[in-house]
This record gives sequence, structure tokens and C-alpha cells, in this order.
Amino acid sequence: MAESLTDLTISEARNGLEAGTYSSVELVQAHLDALEAARGLNAFITQTPELALERARASDARRASGRSLGPMDGIPIAVKDLFCTDGVMTTAGSHILEGFVPTYESTVSANLREAGAVMLGKANLDEFAMGSSNTTSYYGPVINPWSPKVGKDLVPGGSSGGSAAAVSARLAIGAIGTDTGGSIRQPASFCGIVGLKPTYGRCSRWGIVAFASSLDQAGPMARSVRDAAIMLEVMAGHDEKDSTSAPIDVPNFEAALAGDIKGLRIGIPKEYRLDTVPAEIDAIWRQGVQWLEAAGVTTVAVSLPHTPYALPTYYIIAPAEASSNLARYDGVRFGLRVDGDSLDEMYERTRGEGFGVEVRRRVMMGTYVLSAGYYDAYYIKAQRVRSLIACDFRAAFEQVDAILTPTAPSDAFAIGEKIDDPITMYLNDVFTVPASLAGLPAISVPAGLSQRGLPIGLQVIGRPFDEETVLRTAHALERAADFDTHPLRST
Amino acid sequence: MSLDKDAVRKMASLARIRIRDEELDPLAKELSQIIGWVEQLAEVDTEGVEPMTSVAEMTLSRRSDTAHDGGKVEAVLANAPDRVENFYAVPKVVE
Repeated sequence: MAESLTDLTISEARNGLEAGTYSSVELVQAHLDALEAARGLNAFITQTPELALERARASDARRASGRSLGPMDGIPIAVKDLFCTDGVMTTAGSHILEGFVPTYESTVSANLREAGAVMLGKANLDEFAMGSSNTTSYYGPVINPWSPKVGKDLVPGGSSGGSAAAVSARLAIGAIGTDTGGSIRQPASFCGIVGLKPTYGRCSRWGIVAFASSLDQAGPMARSVRDAAIMLEVMAGHDEKDSTSAPIDVPNFEAALAGDIKGLRIGIPKEYRLDTVPAEIDAIWRQGVQWLEAAGVTTVAVSLPHTPYALPTYYIIAPAEASSNLARYDGVRFGLRVDGDSLDEMYERTRGEGFGVEVRRRVMMGTYVLSAGYYDAYYIKAQRVRSLIACDFRAAFEQVDAILTPTAPSDAFAIGEKIDDPITMYLNDVFTVPASLAGLPAISVPAGLSQRGLPIGLQVIGRPFDEETVLRTAHALERAADFDTHPLRST
Repeated sequence: MSLDKDAVRKMASLARIRIRDEELDPLAKELSQIIGWVEQLAEVDTEGVEPMTSVAEMTLSRRSDTAHDGGKVEAVLANAPDRVENFYAVPKVVE
């Protein structure tokens, strides 16, 4: 049972609001107070308290007149500052979008808003979602709420680090993030929460600041699998404004949790067992296998032979797409402009000052792999290997219904660690990138604590558009793990 | 393949990003490292493998080619650093 209003899950708050135990205004105010008290975490770039209270009052009025909009009505959430929000500054964590106030709302945040969800503010992130530590944000690093466990400031993971920290620290009941190579799942693992990257195409990308368009996907971050299911159902669906959003029906994801997992076949891919990964990660993975077997699942050894090539493939394709997507930031129509003596000089100065170190590195890397003479050797080669990676999964899913792996190769590391060598940082996504390249749904569920007392997540990967099996399997893991998501209460 | 300072300068110019001289060496080192690392893909046999062009195997849906939005001059220009009447005002591009 929840100890305070900020400790509630979405499903609990839904019931409390329905029963009139508290109002949305009370619920939202409790979170705004928590947010104010936790400013030191730097989880938000922009807070929107007046807007939140106004929407909470509207929610209460709807409910009073019997016109509630459903399970998300009146629920306070955080929105990653990569989603464009009408009338609210949107930065993508970058200096180059300084002062940018969209005059439109992203489809996913609009879907939530139309379902009554109350936005508390815009959550911090790695600049343009490029990072695994939330330390590349122009607005400074986010601190992992679990940091007191080890007595030093830890990263929340990234790029959806502010979203993950906000949910973990009880500043928001749920949050929306985006995942390109692990940006929902890795921070979920580091902060001890649930994070789901849906199938590519499940949620519209319209109005999300683009990083790598063939990989970007929005998803829910929450403190229970049920909450993630509730949020996803509202977020998902076909959108005419994103031609890659799938024109297929959105199932009742929460209802999927009621299904039995007995008889499911779950694959354990041998290529995810790495010598470089600490034994405690392996131990929790093995524990996960036992939990699922105890729940009546058959586990099957599978092989995904091209797994070792997923990261290098990703670090060709994602920068290539980024270099193209970020060409729009030229200082002409919006955001930062730094004047120069010629148009080219204005472009160069604007982009030189507007982009941080990691973004510049990736844009230049992308420019290189797409440039004349290298395009075939790097970009086309990577797209071929990407086909092979997707093939590996297709073959595995002929034998199994879902795949269980660790989410990240470590627990949360300290702010300032792993920044000297970009490749060391990139290795954070070693277990999450393959599903991204194949466009598959994947969830991270908190499964246990490391020896240092920090959360470690397990990942469930499913067939395209089979979020239901992913959620159901994650739900079984969640029940078995009985993980306390509260950073200061767990021992 | 490793990148030298000149190659980095060229990439920066193609990407329209101003890089200070003292940043060229460290960037050349980092980019060379990353390129060296991604080059391990060369060992994968991709003979006869089609490059992936679409991650979701689906036919793009069609819609009628009609305007259903527009007339939003103020919204479109709301973020313009500079404007003249209903136009973006940009720095001079023709000498």
C-alpha cells in the first residue's frame, strides 16, 4: 500500500481518483512539491506547475460530471524534452534549440493529453538523445536517485535520464521517453524502474525531435509493468502524420497481463553472455531464467550469431541518420543563431556553438560514413549487417515466443566516468541495440540489486507488434522479483 | 582507416560545424578510434545480403493528396529569429 500520494502507481491512482479518495489537483500538487524539493536531481529542464494545476482542475471537473477520460485522466507525468509541446519550450537538451517554443504538440504527448494526463514539465536528457549517461545535456547532468546508496553522484543512464530519475524519485507517476539504441531501457535499468520500447511503428514519431529516424521510438517509463501497459495503450496508434506508424489496431495491453505465460518458450541467447560483464549481471539473468521456469515457461538456448556486430552497425547507421536529421539546425528559421560574415560562416558558427561535443562527434562521424567514396564501405555495409541481425531474430522467433537478456552490462556508474573514451560509453548499449536495429519491442524490468545495492534490470524482447507477450513475461518477472522501486527504502 | 587533421577539417566543413584548431587533433584521434572500431564489420560475410531499407515490413499506407491544414502564418513564423511581413528574413546569400 502506498505511503503517500507520490508513492502511488498509475493503476492505484486511477482507483483512488475514481473512488474520490483524492483529487487530481491533490495528486498533482503532491508531485509538484516533490519536484520542487528534488531540484538538486536536475531531472527537469522546464517545470510547468501552473499548466499542470490547470489541467488537474479540468480533470477533476470532468470526473465530477461523469466524463472521465479513462485510466490516465488526472495522472501527473513527465515528458522527455524531446517531444514538442505546444506553447512549452522544447530544447532536446541542446543549446541550439534555445528559445524554441513549438506551436504544435507531438502526437504521443497529444494522445496522453487528450486522455487527461497532466504534464508536470519537460524532463532532462542527453543532447538530442545522444548518450547513455545524461551527461551530454546542455542543461547539466541528472543525478540518479539511488546515488545515496554508494555515497557519490551516479548517472541515471541515458538518454531518457531525466524521465527515469523523475519516476524513480517519485516526482512523476510515469514518464514518456524515447529509445533509439537503448535510451528508455538502459536508464530504466539504472534507476530501478520499468521502461518499454515498443515495436518500431507502434507509436507515432511525429513531433519528436528526430535523432535516427529508422530507430527512434517513443515508450512509457513507470514503476510497474501494469502502468507501462496502461500508458502504452494511450500513446500508441496509427498517425497519418507519420507514414512509418503502423496502421494496425492497438490491443488492450493491460488485459494482456491477465494471460498465463505457462507453456511459453523463452529464448536465452548465448551471445549475450560476455566475459567483460560482471558476474552479478549474469547471476541475475540466471535468476530470471529460474523465475520464468518456475512460472511454467520452457527456456530454450538460442543463437543470435551477429550480435557482436550490432554496436558497430548502430554507430554507423545512427550517426548517418543524425547527420542528415540535424542538418535542419542552421540558425535560419528557429533556435540559436550566431551571426557571421557570410551565410556559410553563420551556419558554421551557429552549429559550432550550438552543438555539444558528443553531437558534433556524431554528426561528423555520420558525415564521414555518408561521404563520397565511403558510402558503400560503411553505410551500405552496415545496412547489410543490419539485415542479418534482423534475420537472426526472425530465425530465433521461429523457436521461441520471447527472448530474455540482461538490459545493461553494469549498474549505474558515477558522473564523470566513461567520458574519456567514446567507445567505452557506447558499450552501455551492447544488449539493447540489437532489438533496436531489428525494430522489435523490448522492455526492461527491475530484477534485483547489485552488490553495491543498485538496481539491475532484465530485458524481454518480443516479436514485432507482440508487446502483449513482452508485457506478460515482464509481469511474471516483476511478480517473482518483488523489487522495491523506492531508492531509499530498499536494502 | 585513420583520419588526420585535414580530413577532420574537411568533415567539419561538409557538416558546417566550426571546429577550433586546438580541437582538430583530439577529434581526429577519437573519430579514427571509432572508425577503426566500426571497421570490424568488414569481417562479416554480406555477399548476397540486401541492405535493410525499412525496419518495419509493411506497405506504406496511402492517403488522398489534399490539403487539410494551413493558413497558420503566425504559428509558422513564431520562432523565426527575424521576419519581414510574412517571410523569414535571412542573412544575405547573394554577393
